[in-house]
Amino acid sequence: MRYNEKVLEHYRNPKNVGSFDEQAENVGTGIVGAPECGDVMKLQIQVNENNHIVDARFKAYGCGSAIASSSLATEWIKGKTLDEAKQIKNTDIASELALPPVKMHCSVLAENAIKKAIEDLQRKKAKDNNK
Amino acid sequence: MEKMIYLDNNATTPIDPRVLEAMLPYFRDKFGNAASIHHKFGWDAADAVKQARQQVANVIGAAPEEIIFTSGATESDNLALKGIASMYADKGRHIITCKTEHKAILDVCKWLETKGYEITYLPVDKYGIVDIDLLAESIRKDTILVSIMAANNETGTIAPIETIGAICKAKGAFFHTDATQAFGKIPLDVEKMGIDLLSLSAHKIYGPKGVGALYVRRKNPQVRCEPIIHGGGHERGIRSGTLNVPGIVGLGQAADIAVREMANESQRLQKLRDKLYNELSDRLEGVTLNGHPNQRLANTANISFAWVEGEALMLGINEIAVSSGSACTSASLEPSHVLRAMGVLDVLAHNSIRFSLGRFNTEQEIDYTIKRVVEEVNRLRELSPLYEMAKQGKELRIAD
Ligand SMILES: Cc1ncc(COP(=O)(O)O)c(C=O)c1O
Repeated sequence: MRYNEKVLEHYRNPKNVGSFDEQAENVGTGIVGAPECGDVMKLQIQVNENNHIVDARFKAYGCGSAIASSSLATEWIKGKTLDEAKQIKNTDIASELALPPVKMHCSVLAENAIKKAIEDLQRKKAKDNNK
Repeated sequence: MEKMIYLDNNATTPIDPRVLEAMLPYFRDKFGNAASIHHKFGWDAADAVKQARQQVANVIGAAPEEIIFTSGATESDNLALKGIASMYADKGRHIITCKTEHKAILDVCKWLETKGYEITYLPVDKYGIVDIDLLAESIRKDTILVSIMAANNETGTIAPIETIGAICKAKGAFFHTDATQAFGKIPLDVEKMGIDLLSLSAHKIYGPKGVGALYVRRKNPQVRCEPIIHGGGHERGIRSGTLNVPGIVGLGQAADIAVREMANESQRLQKLRDKLYNELSDRLEGVTLNGHPNQRLANTANISFAWVEGEALMLGINEIAVSSGSACTSASLEPSHVLRAMGVLDVLAHNSIRFSLGRFNTEQEIDYTIKRVVEEVNRLRELSPLYEMAKQGKELRIAD
């Protein structure tokens, strides 16, 4: 696979690698993919009281494009509101990284990981409100 | 390190300078057509082809007349399977092969299925060795051919060729072996091993690309093979077309060097390969070998690094050329059919890297490779959610 420079840059110097405490109430975690398919992404968001994403983390198992897609996703969602982050489309990620068709699924995973992380956070918040 | 390191010798090899030297005259002053029987240009070409035929035959204990030059092992495999299938269709339409064969066999078999042939794809054990008892049971009255590769290109696992040859002989089916990876690397003897047809290729043994041969037995018993390329009756009518004289000379020379240096070279390669595997498994956890521990080509180590996807690792060490059983690029997202057939979990197949060493690799290169692989595996594990979960003793739970 020949990769373009943008993918290589994220692959070599991925942004926001790491983990937040999954239990923390201001953290949402999304895990998507399957090891059998060669890709697993974990993406986490941390929000403030106004539901702005103040920080993000990721870990990715997968090819260079999978790593680059999730690294880019964490960069993009930082500073956004949950509603804004939900708007991010896989096609945006794919075109920014110039992913070839065989790597489209990597961008799909990244979009799904963002959505799952937001859902997880909202589920937690809803539970809190019911207490 | 500026220089690239080439550890993908099962894909292809660089040409040996001695082979190139031997070929050059046949592009220039000795450019004749080996079929031109009325002048010296033709005679020189024919003499060169004759010598090459003998050189190739010597490696496998065949007679020179039993060697048919082709454009490579893909053509040889096609010729063997299609040639036998159509010549012996009256006797039967059943062919036996195995799940870990190269596509040059499997795709021909699939095509034959559309032409009314029945193919049995035998399973293999966890090392990639075909189930011998099942093989024996599977041979029927209408079985015309058994095709089992001598050594696997992905894992290096070597088949029990002699046993298979004996079974085929006893049961009256012809035995073809795709020896593309084995030829010139392990001792092969068509008599002792009961081989009726054998495919080989020059570019896996430091010869040129686009040239190979098919051995077709001429006696005890005589095997007849219907041509798939017609036009002029070259190669005893089995394979028409003006002979690729420089290529054939290169194949002959490459075969000759390979067989003369086989004993020393395989010892040297095995030492380097074992150093590579042993040091990697000493310095990293979660390292497993795919393939037979010792019934294996001396140059091949197919290794899975747990929690690290193969293509990502290849990218990380991209100054070192290797290949992977991962299939992140294939539309199906399915990993190697060879590793799957061996029962390697898909999870581990995605993490596999094939290192295939060759004549021009040095110990220094292997040392450098070990260092780089360790660095990069460790870096990617820090990135890997699977590694993190394994360390925390957590099961992977994915919401859908
Ligand atoms: C086992 C096996 N069979 C067949 C082939 C095809 O050989 P060629 O490239 O000469 O057509 C290869 C090499 O790719 C191989 O490894």
